[in-house]
Amino acid sequence: MTDLSVANAANKPAFDVDAVRRDFPILSQQVNGKPLVYLDNGASAQKPEAVLDAMDRYYREMHSNVHRGAHTLGDRATAAFEGARETVRSFLNAESTREIIWTRGTTEAINLVANGLAARLKPGDEILVSQMEHHANIVPWQMIAERTGAKVVPIQITPDGELDLESFTSLLNKRTRIFAITHVSNVLGTVNPVAALVEQAKSLGILTLVDGAQAVPHYQPDVQALGCDFYVFSSHKMFGPTGIGVLYGKAQLLEEMPPYQGGGEMIERVSFERTTWNTLPYKFEAGTPAIAEAVGLGAAIDYLNRLDRQAMEAAEANLLERANQLVETVPGMEIIGTAKQKVPVMSFKIAGLHPSDIGTLLDQQGIAIRTGHHCAMPLMDFYGVPGTARASFAFYNTLDEVEQLFTALQKVQRLFA
Amino acid sequence: MTASEQDFKNNPLGTETTLDDVTDAFEFLDDWEERYAYIIDLGKQLPAFPDEARVEENYVHGCQSQVWLIHYFDEDSGKLYLLIDSDAMIVRGLAAIILVALNGKSPRELLTTDIDELFESLDLFRHISPTRGNGLRAMVGKIRDIAAAEAA
Repeated sequence: MTDLSVANAANKPAFDVDAVRRDFPILSQQVNGKPLVYLDNGASAQKPEAVLDAMDRYYREMHSNVHRGAHTLGDRATAAFEGARETVRSFLNAESTREIIWTRGTTEAINLVANGLAARLKPGDEILVSQMEHHANIVPWQMIAERTGAKVVPIQITPDGELDLESFTSLLNKRTRIFAITHVSNVLGTVNPVAALVEQAKSLGILTLVDGAQAVPHYQPDVQALGCDFYVFSSHKMFGPTGIGVLYGKAQLLEEMPPYQGGGEMIERVSFERTTWNTLPYKFEAGTPAIAEAVGLGAAIDYLNRLDRQAMEAAEANLLERANQLVETVPGMEIIGTAKQKVPVMSFKIAGLHPSDIGTLLDQQGIAIRTGHHCAMPLMDFYGVPGTARASFAFYNTLDEVEQLFTALQKVQRLFA
Repeated sequence: MTASEQDFKNNPLGTETTLDDVTDAFEFLDDWEERYAYIIDLGKQLPAFPDEARVEENYVHGCQSQVWLIHYFDEDSGKLYLLIDSDAMIVRGLAAIILVALNGKSPRELLTTDIDELFESLDLFRHISPTRGNGLRAMVGKIRDIAAAEAA
């Protein structure tokens, strides 16, 4: 297996964006009479043919319930489903597939961990998050804080949109039990130095969770190198199907945590006197899982593995650099989030224009962006804006599309003049 | 109520500017740029909205832009007057079209007006469809609730 992947790596073609775009059928359509320019990848990314084919083939050739044995289709479905789990394990460099739990997405994964750790919290304990978190990495902690008397404490950020490391260090204390941080900000694009942060928190015995939802479309995280206790992400932002996500957790912690939901699959034995739990990872997977979606996510990771990661990251960096160069062509445009380490995500405002006006008039020109608060209201409060417009790029976007965005923004501005 | 009766009655939208004016204008607009320039202009005709009325009870919950709505029912004429505000220009323009269709009418007359059909005919339906979280649909719902309460 290892030998094979080395051979493949040597044969990988250079990054060819036109070829890559042909893998994503949805991109070659017209919207409002204009070729679609899809720059809302941060909300949800598009799916390559390989993912669509894998899911179609799964339903045509192997669908059945998993782990029920007894017949051939069941074996095929289970093999495809567990094969996808192994693909995810390998993607994250986790030690074991016992540490890979399927969830509905990032949000459910964080809720699962929050509920699983609630019993460890006492009144006055602290859960450290940051000002730049998505609501999904704030609200589940607030909910268990309310139940247990713990409190959620935010780390400050700098005006550039970087984590304020002094604030982080000063907030770590004896009462800090959990540190939950986003790997990459969905609004700012900031890449946080999670390995160093996790190391510092762990030295104080604090449990650590990293929200990787916005990182996995751009990077391949190594959970052992990061050292975090939990790493969570969604499939749909990394070119896989909706409805499935991943919770990576260290086996020992997952063993200690109580199940999240009760039902089928997650039990070993049920009686009215005593019910015992299934082993990992099944203890956390009550009910029939999203089998085709797991297979689709596996196919998405296989697809990404066939691309040249370095070339892909370089292409993404070029997109962001070109966008930054063009900002001055739109008077009054200001980027929100200018961290040194960024993925190609550009939140912005334009003096005198409401984000929703920008979004509506870009849509007229075939350009899809996101506008609003991006489920990060504390961050909007920090910047004193009701919302932002956000263009979020993926490796299949082109420099020409970046230029089209700015030409379109100039047109928007003329309309309001 | 902080806005005076005159503030409501002076609103030209739906009184001086009629629905025919708007639909006629739309017929002569060739492309999306002209259409949206016209919508933005209409938004500029919304009368000033009293600052004191920007309070929670007048707030229309939408996802993206902020929308406020107040009303005045004139017992003598039996007509319902509306004032709307938003911080987004296109929402203001679309709100102006809604006012042109609904402002200064009797509640019964208002309730028989089909806003969906109007927006469909102007090729603007997507803006008030349930998939857009811009508050316009909620605003129309709120206006209809007010009219239904006054008509009862």
